Amino acid sequence: MNAEVAPAINDVELRLLIEAVYQTYHYDFRHYARASLRRRLAAAMVRFDCRTLSELQSRLLHESQVFAELLEYMTVQVSDMFRDPSYFRALREKVVPLLRTYPSLKIWVAGCSSGEEAYSMAILLREENLLDRSLIYATDINPTALRRAEAGIYDAAKVPDFTRNHRLSGGRSSLSDYYSAAYDRVILDKSLRRNIVFSDHSLATDSVFAEVQLVSCRNVLIYFDRDLQSRALDLFYDALCRRGFLGIGLRESLRFSSHVDAFAEFAREDRIYQKVGGQ
Amino acid sequence: MTVMALERDVTAIAIGASTGGVEALARLLPALPPGLQASVFVVLHLPRERASLLAEIFAPRCRVPVRDVQDKDPICGGTIYFAPPDYHLLVDDGPQFALSMDDPVEFSRPSISVLFETAAAAYRERLLALLLTGAGSDGAAGMQAVHAAGGITVVQQPGEARMPQMPQAALDRIAVDYVLTLEEIMNLFEALPRTVHA
Repeated sequence: MNAEVAPAINDVELRLLIEAVYQTYHYDFRHYARASLRRRLAAAMVRFDCRTLSELQSRLLHESQVFAELLEYMTVQVSDMFRDPSYFRALREKVVPLLRTYPSLKIWVAGCSSGEEAYSMAILLREENLLDRSLIYATDINPTALRRAEAGIYDAAKVPDFTRNHRLSGGRSSLSDYYSAAYDRVILDKSLRRNIVFSDHSLATDSVFAEVQLVSCRNVLIYFDRDLQSRALDLFYDALCRRGFLGIGLRESLRFSSHVDAFAEFAREDRIYQKVGGQ
Repeated sequence: MTVMALERDVTAIAIGASTGGVEALARLLPALPPGLQASVFVVLHLPRERASLLAEIFAPRCRVPVRDVQDKDPICGGTIYFAPPDYHLLVDDGPQFALSMDDPVEFSRPSISVLFETAAAAYRERLLALLLTGAGSDGAAGMQAVHAAGGITVVQQPGEARMPQMPQAALDRIAVDYVLTLEEIMNLFEALPRTVHA
């Protein structure tokens, strides 16, 4: 976003637009955190040259291409590979030894956006010789982001950061083993993808689809209000096997989960929890 | 100087600083009086590795509680809140905090303008926004939003700031209400409303 002052957002119009999106396209933003949504829609108003949200609403109702592009504004975010290296280090050093005890592994990367976190997980598992018996479900609501994730192509300018993060996370190999560079892009090794299933799933409207040993959902809950956070955490609770693990963002918490007591702190600083009780 | 009598209640103070900001805040924040009613939000640009200890560093020097923000924290009066490194800090309905990992604004995350704009929407004329030393121009757009919402805008006198660009960018953009030295800002803090028993 540039330095222009964002257009003013009228709350009545905001609610109407969210409702229109829900009823027409079945994407449910009704429980997204309002402050972020306002900013993103303000940016979209500039992009679509709309003076009011009502104008934008009218266009998205009548032009499906406008909605497809608007969805980018409302959902997409860019992440890094091995963002917060200490999180991946904690997974590697504390969680992986326990994951090893399962004959086969299922891992859910929820809200995977363009895939950086799912691939980071796959590389970590490959380094730990676990990838061959693992299946990573990487889910998101945005079809464009999922296509980008599936392609596994990233901006080469970000590779030095990725490489540094990977090293700090305790990476046992060189990140360059997993990509080939072409011009200003890198493409990730296709073999990483064999064990990743990218699919469309909404934490707001869909239900549990598999039993998993680890859920990693980082910096997704920040975009939800407390009710939706609680719904998402219920899904994670239900999806996790007994003693399964949940990793969230470093500034997120489980306070608003109805199962808050059912998750024990496992690596507190790195926001990794273990399910207690249940089955 | 004679402190300008704040002609209205201030329920929130949003502060933005970049290069030279640690030193400026080390003078300003301890001047916030005990019993302060307003909530104080701070965005300070720092390299990511260095930024996570701000509450720890400032708490022992301050007379009001100091916190690092976690997602969805409620906003309490009389408390200083620091934006966490590498997230935008937003004021959401409630009021409560929201964090986002949206793209950097003016090359910054957290961005001062993002805080100022969302705080302006929440507090309108009851917000005081304070822009301190820094290179670049993050915060100028935010000051404009605060101004438009009827809030009070204050910038550090560019001549006194270690880096004058940020306050100057705001001055170039809008008619800022007050241009003050750190000393004058500290005096201003003394004039803020406090709870009776403090």
